[in-house]
This record gives sequence, C-alpha cells and structure tokens, in this order.
Amino acid sequence: MIEGLVFYLFAAITVASGVMVVSSRNPVYSVLWLILAFFNAAGLFLLLGAEFLAMVLVIVYVGAVAVLFLFVVMLLDINYLRLREGFMQYLPVGALIGLILVVELLMVYGGWKFADDAPLSVASRTPDPTAISNTDALGRLLYTDYAFLFQAAGLVLLVAMVGTIMLTHRTRTGVRKQVIAKQNARTKESSVEIVKVTSGGGI
Amino acid sequence: MDALLLEYLPILVFLAIAIVVAIVCIGGSYLVVKQKPDLEKTSAYECGFDAFEDARVKFDVRYYLVAILFIIFDLEVAFLFPWAVSFGKIGLFGFWSMVVFLGVLTIGFIYEWRKGALEWE
Repeated sequence: MIEGLVFYLFAAITVASGVMVVSSRNPVYSVLWLILAFFNAAGLFLLLGAEFLAMVLVIVYVGAVAVLFLFVVMLLDINYLRLREGFMQYLPVGALIGLILVVELLMVYGGWKFADDAPLSVASRTPDPTAISNTDALGRLLYTDYAFLFQAAGLVLLVAMVGTIMLTHRTRTGVRKQVIAKQNARTKESSVEIVKVTSGGGI
Repeated sequence: MDALLLEYLPILVFLAIAIVVAIVCIGGSYLVVKQKPDLEKTSAYECGFDAFEDARVKFDVRYYLVAILFIIFDLEVAFLFPWAVSFGKIGLFGFWSMVVFLGVLTIGFIYEWRKGALEWE
C-alpha cells in the first residue's frame, strides 16, 4: 500500500517539477526544479528495485550534471525579457513540430512488438533479483557479457574529455608561473657572482 | 523486493520528518509573527553589504572545463562500484575489462595533464 502511495507521490512530483522546468521564467529556477525531478526519478528507480541506478542518478546527475547546467545557464548571459520576446510568434511552428513528434511516437508505439523469445533471452542472462543485490547483478553482467559496450562507454568518455579540452582550453600568454624544473636547473655559478669591492669605491 | 524497500523505509520517514520540520519552521514564522516590513528591516544589515551588481555576470569558461572533467571522472568512479561489489564473481576477464577501461581513461588523463588543462595559471 505504502509502495503504491510513494510511487504516486514521486511520480506526481516528477511530472510537476518537469512542468515547472519548462514554464519557470528564470533559467536558474528551472535547473533547481530539474534537480527536484532528478531526486524523484531516483525515488522511482528505487521503487523498481534499481538501487544502483537510483544512487548514480543522484551522484552523477544531481551532483555533477545539474552543476554543469547551472554553469551553462550562467555562461549564456540571457536577458529574460528578450527570451520571452516572440513567444507567440514561434508558438504555431513549435506546436506543429511537437504535434508531429507526438504522432511519430504514437506510430512507433503502435508498431512496437516484442520478439516472442525476447523475455526468455533477457531472463537467461539476468541473475535472480531476490538472491543477489542489484549492484552485484549489474557488475556480473556489465564487465563480462557486455564488455564491449562497457569499453565503448570508456571511449565515449575519452572523446568527451579530448573534445572539452580542444574546445575550451587555451594557453594564456603573459602568465608568470612556477617552473620547478627551471628552478632546480639553476646553479650557483649562473646566479651568484662574487665581486671584490674596494673599501670606499663602490661597484 | 519488499525486503529491499523495507530497508529504505527509515529514509522515507526521515524525508517526511524533514519536509514537515521545514514547512513548520518557515510557515510558522509567517503565521505567528506580525509581518510589518519597512525599508530598514528588509535591507541587508550587520554582516551584509548591499549588492554591488547583478549576480549574473559572465565568468570564465575555465570553470566549465573543470566541471566537465569532474563529470567524466565521476562517471569513471561510478563504473568502479559494481565492479568492486561483484569482483569475486566476474573472474579474470572482468578484471582485465576494467583495467582496459581505466587504461583508456588514463590516456585521456595524461592528455589533459600534458595539455595543461588541470593548471589554473
């Protein structure tokens, strides 16, 4: 009973905060609503028994991706009034595209059919959820049966890393910074000079 | 499955109490206290300055670079958890699978180190 109640609570808050993400005037508030949606989606995952996904959703999405969204919102330097300008003008086109997407999704959903042996072939690989924990079950599949996809994920991360550095990193000129190798390479001969000074003569 | 959810029941109770306490604290101060704001009461006082400018200023893209590199390594660490939990069962193949994964990301790490993306200047 509680399970059903909690499901509807989480689902309702997820949908409501999703609506608020789209409709709130300030993009920063949108990101905060998005964080609420993430938390509640994590709750829904938990109700499904997907513990690991729930925790990763909180750690990765709330902890990192939401921060990144905030950065993007701040970087863009949006004028709120200008943002709302032309809303009515673009409404018909946007509504049309939305409608087309909905129709397409319905067509895909209508034509969707599982292969007859699909549940069996999935079940044969999945460990018994009552016997071992969710994280353990994931680990047993991910690194052996799905090793190729796992390595592909690693390569995607590598591409993301290289891409960000290429796009955003630039070396600044005129910055003085410590070069330890240079410091260590200095010798007494190159930096200290002993001068005989006659008294009263100066250098 | 029910046993699993039962383990999370204390968190749910905690969440409910936290929400109630938050509502009581903020809502109570609205209900009980007489609201009579004036210019002096609502201004920043004692420990605060008046705001110099809008909080939304453009800032350097370098912060973004740090955040995105953080996400990538965050994901890398997230992959380590199930691996560690199921370490005894996945055998030598699973072990080397993770080593290759870490190796690929180490290449990226060396790349960003040599490029100087980790330096602040």
